[in-house]
Amino acid sequence: MKVRLRLTVNDEPHEVLVASHKTLLEVLREDLGLTGTKHGCELGECGTCTVLMDGLPVLSCLALPADLEGRRIATVEGMADGGHLHPLQQAFAELGAAQCGYCTPGILLTAQALLRDRPSPTRDEIREALAGNLCRCTGYTKILDAVELAALRMS
Amino acid sequence: MTAKNRFTVVGRPLPKIDAWAKVTGETRYADDLVMPRMAYGKLLRSAHAHALITGIDTTRARALPGVFGVITGADLPRVKFGILPVSQDEEALCVEKVRMVGDAVAAVAAVDEETAERACELIEVDYEPLPALMSIEASLAHPEVRIHEYGDGPNVHKNVSLQFGDVDAAFAGAHLVREDVFYFEGNTHLPMEQHAAVAHWGPDGKLTLWSSTQTPHYVHRLLAKILDVPGAHIRVIATPVGGGFGGKLDPFAHEIAACKLSQLTGRPVKIALTREEVFYVHRGRHPVLMWIKTGFTKQGDITGCHLKTWLDGGAYGSYGVASTFYTGVINPVTYKMPVYKFEGARVFTNKPPCGPKRGHGTPQPRFALECQLDKAAEQLGLDPADMRRRIVADPFTKTANHLTVTTIGLGECIDKVVEASGWRDKRAAFAKGVVTGDRTIGERTRKGIGIACSAYMTGAGTAIYWNSMPHSGVILRADRSGGVSILCGATDIGQGSDSILAYLPAEVLGLDPKDIHVHPADTSLTPVDLGSYSSRVTLMCGVAAIQAATRLRRAIADAVAKKLAVEPDAIAFREGMVGVPDHWEKAVPFAQAVELGEALHGVLAFTGSYAPPKRAGKFKGGGVGPSPCYSYSACVVELTVDEETAAIHLDDVWIAHDIGRALNPLLVEGQVEGSIYMGIGEALMEEQVFRHDLHKAPSMLDYKSPTTLETPPIHTMLVETDDPEGPFGAKEAGQGPLLPVIPAIANAIYHAVGVRVDEVPITPDKVLKGLDLKRQGKTPRIGPERIPLFTFKEALAVESAFGQPLDAIAVRPFADEDREDRPRG
Repeated sequence: MKVRLRLTVNDEPHEVLVASHKTLLEVLREDLGLTGTKHGCELGECGTCTVLMDGLPVLSCLALPADLEGRRIATVEGMADGGHLHPLQQAFAELGAAQCGYCTPGILLTAQALLRDRPSPTRDEIREALAGNLCRCTGYTKILDAVELAALRMS
Repeated sequence: MTAKNRFTVVGRPLPKIDAWAKVTGETRYADDLVMPRMAYGKLLRSAHAHALITGIDTTRARALPGVFGVITGADLPRVKFGILPVSQDEEALCVEKVRMVGDAVAAVAAVDEETAERACELIEVDYEPLPALMSIEASLAHPEVRIHEYGDGPNVHKNVSLQFGDVDAAFAGAHLVREDVFYFEGNTHLPMEQHAAVAHWGPDGKLTLWSSTQTPHYVHRLLAKILDVPGAHIRVIATPVGGGFGGKLDPFAHEIAACKLSQLTGRPVKIALTREEVFYVHRGRHPVLMWIKTGFTKQGDITGCHLKTWLDGGAYGSYGVASTFYTGVINPVTYKMPVYKFEGARVFTNKPPCGPKRGHGTPQPRFALECQLDKAAEQLGLDPADMRRRIVADPFTKTANHLTVTTIGLGECIDKVVEASGWRDKRAAFAKGVVTGDRTIGERTRKGIGIACSAYMTGAGTAIYWNSMPHSGVILRADRSGGVSILCGATDIGQGSDSILAYLPAEVLGLDPKDIHVHPADTSLTPVDLGSYSSRVTLMCGVAAIQAATRLRRAIADAVAKKLAVEPDAIAFREGMVGVPDHWEKAVPFAQAVELGEALHGVLAFTGSYAPPKRAGKFKGGGVGPSPCYSYSACVVELTVDEETAAIHLDDVWIAHDIGRALNPLLVEGQVEGSIYMGIGEALMEEQVFRHDLHKAPSMLDYKSPTTLETPPIHTMLVETDDPEGPFGAKEAGQGPLLPVIPAIANAIYHAVGVRVDEVPITPDKVLKGLDLKRQGKTPRIGPERIPLFTFKEALAVESAFGQPLDAIAVRPFADEDREDRPRG
């Protein structure tokens, strides 16, 4: 069964007709062509597909149209302000926090939500906030460094 | 001028050239590709671990609306394949027999994934189950059940035995001889990106495959064989790989099925694996049982070592023959080991095949040797760090097993981690239960500190198929704009090979890396690079890139010299200008220099080729282990163990790594930190284990891997030894640093609570058992108690080459005569 779904993605309104069991991950990637959001398990286990829904991190692989009507979604494609990268994006690039880069969009958005809540988080608070996002390349060290650097630059 | 500041690009912590695309979501991985009319494919996989296929009926699947095509093995040429020429034992779609749960038997292309999945459910496969052999013991005990018809004995894939010198004499002359048995459980790569491939077989009969592969060249070669199509009509493009670690180094069923389905349906076909499929596709760390006997003098010198390994290979060969050798041949590279004997066997079982995972075959024996060294140090009354420092191998010599070792920075690495970790004070204080620093130890918790070291190869000295061609090649083309394009088959799996391909020509040509355009991993455009494995890429494509850039530089220097009426040798390249240093005001911009060059020579396009020096030992098996040079690491781990729950908390990890030269310290640190992280996962939690014939944990929730919370602060120190074999002196960083952290953790746990867990992963239940044994006054050791009844081959006896100086001239094919690896000016 298809349902009509209206949602705002990166400040742009969209209206799509999708199967009622289609996940937000699939809607973003397949219907809206926003492939910046990646998938690692499609079971809500790895955090790779994290996007922001009304400012809060959610696993897009678990979000169904029934939850999505009228929501404001933010994906990695919407992080930069025009040609200016978000300080998190800048710091991740500069410090080598993205190796293969596959987990990066989900981690960037989770970190963005953290910094909105806590502009100057401690390293342990960053660890706690990112504990649901697996990364197999970096050992997390440069990711934590980059979030700290971005927080510093934003303050 | 010091050696360091003669560089302008090398040694700087630059962002990777692809970092910007990765932080904006622009990078297009294989599953991000979408094409008009594209169909979606699915594989039907066996639910039996071992069974004969007696019939397949696809009628109902074909009739399902939305299905474009269904194939079985009957639709493919009847040819078996495998990554190694000696192990051609795989079929993309099994025809007569399945050998593991997860073997593919049919494939469907449909309008969407859901339809393809439904069609798979409609395929009827009749199986006649065979006994499933799920362990080394079971496979050896049941020779009447044959998983494969080839190998070195019933269910024995490979049986090797090499002896370098008289081990019995070495043990007879020792003050202390230890025999220990260790077990290393298998584990898997768990890349964040699930494998995906898109195939397009055009009406012109030409096939293009985009795939998340670490080795487009081998896939290209094998596709020609598997599909029985001229290789000249096949193009393989490696998309940016979302994590590899060795897991994307074989040709896979989904790649082959996508190609065939595309031919059949006349549409592009994409097949993306589910996470569960990735667990079954595997090719990860072999479970290895090890027996190791080592003789020591009173001072801690090794008199000789004898190692036996049994590898649980799983259902197919994959890289297993190489893996088997690697459990033995790299061991003598780290310490002075005058005499060495190695026996290894890889056994087939009905589990997903094991293969190369970061460290390929070497973390297991490294765990065994480093734990045994710790036990020996205790018996000899020696400090484990001092003992290791004393026995570090000598640079520019050969090992017992005829490997040529160049630079060795291990002594300095040990000194650095000992110093930075506060080893001496903590070692003594923790042993007495005394707290140092600001950390507190509760009544139930104990702290420990442990050390281990390692060495790893910088690229395999021989290719997977025997040939005399380059292992890596580049084409470098200068453009009149002043930009330079570099084409190279190297595959960026996140380690930064694309960036290395920009940095090195920029260094040689005095340009900004931004001026270099990198075109990687496309078999119809790029010269062959064998693939991202064995830590070979930076060294091999790096030297090739330097060679091509040096040739371009000479051509341009000739032209500019002519214009300025000076000798070409007087010409320098820096900051985008070309000229004579003493008359820099006359220097010309690089773009103009290119125009002068092109006017003089015609198109400015140059090649660079690299093949490793020919140093393989002259005996059968001597081809596995040689490498242009070896990296070294030393690691100290400090941790806390709760004696009641046996919870293990890692406090800090110090690692010093001999990188030769850090071409970009930021990327080197990233590789080191990632290696340590992955080693921690293997040491404490990760295991690819089975319940009956099913994977016990084929999901990211059940397969435990470290999160930010389990990963401790990692303190990385780099040691530069400027190796003569490496590009500007660089060695590898991507695998070696994984090796020492696992035994360092085991040794630290022993230091904390006096329990020896001779088995990886070291989980709290094992430590608890050890603590119970200790309370009962028994030997607090957890680990394997016995070894299989197994007869190794008669050893091939070769004289030990230990301590011999390396050959005066090692022939490196394709090297320019003056071997101008370093820029002038």
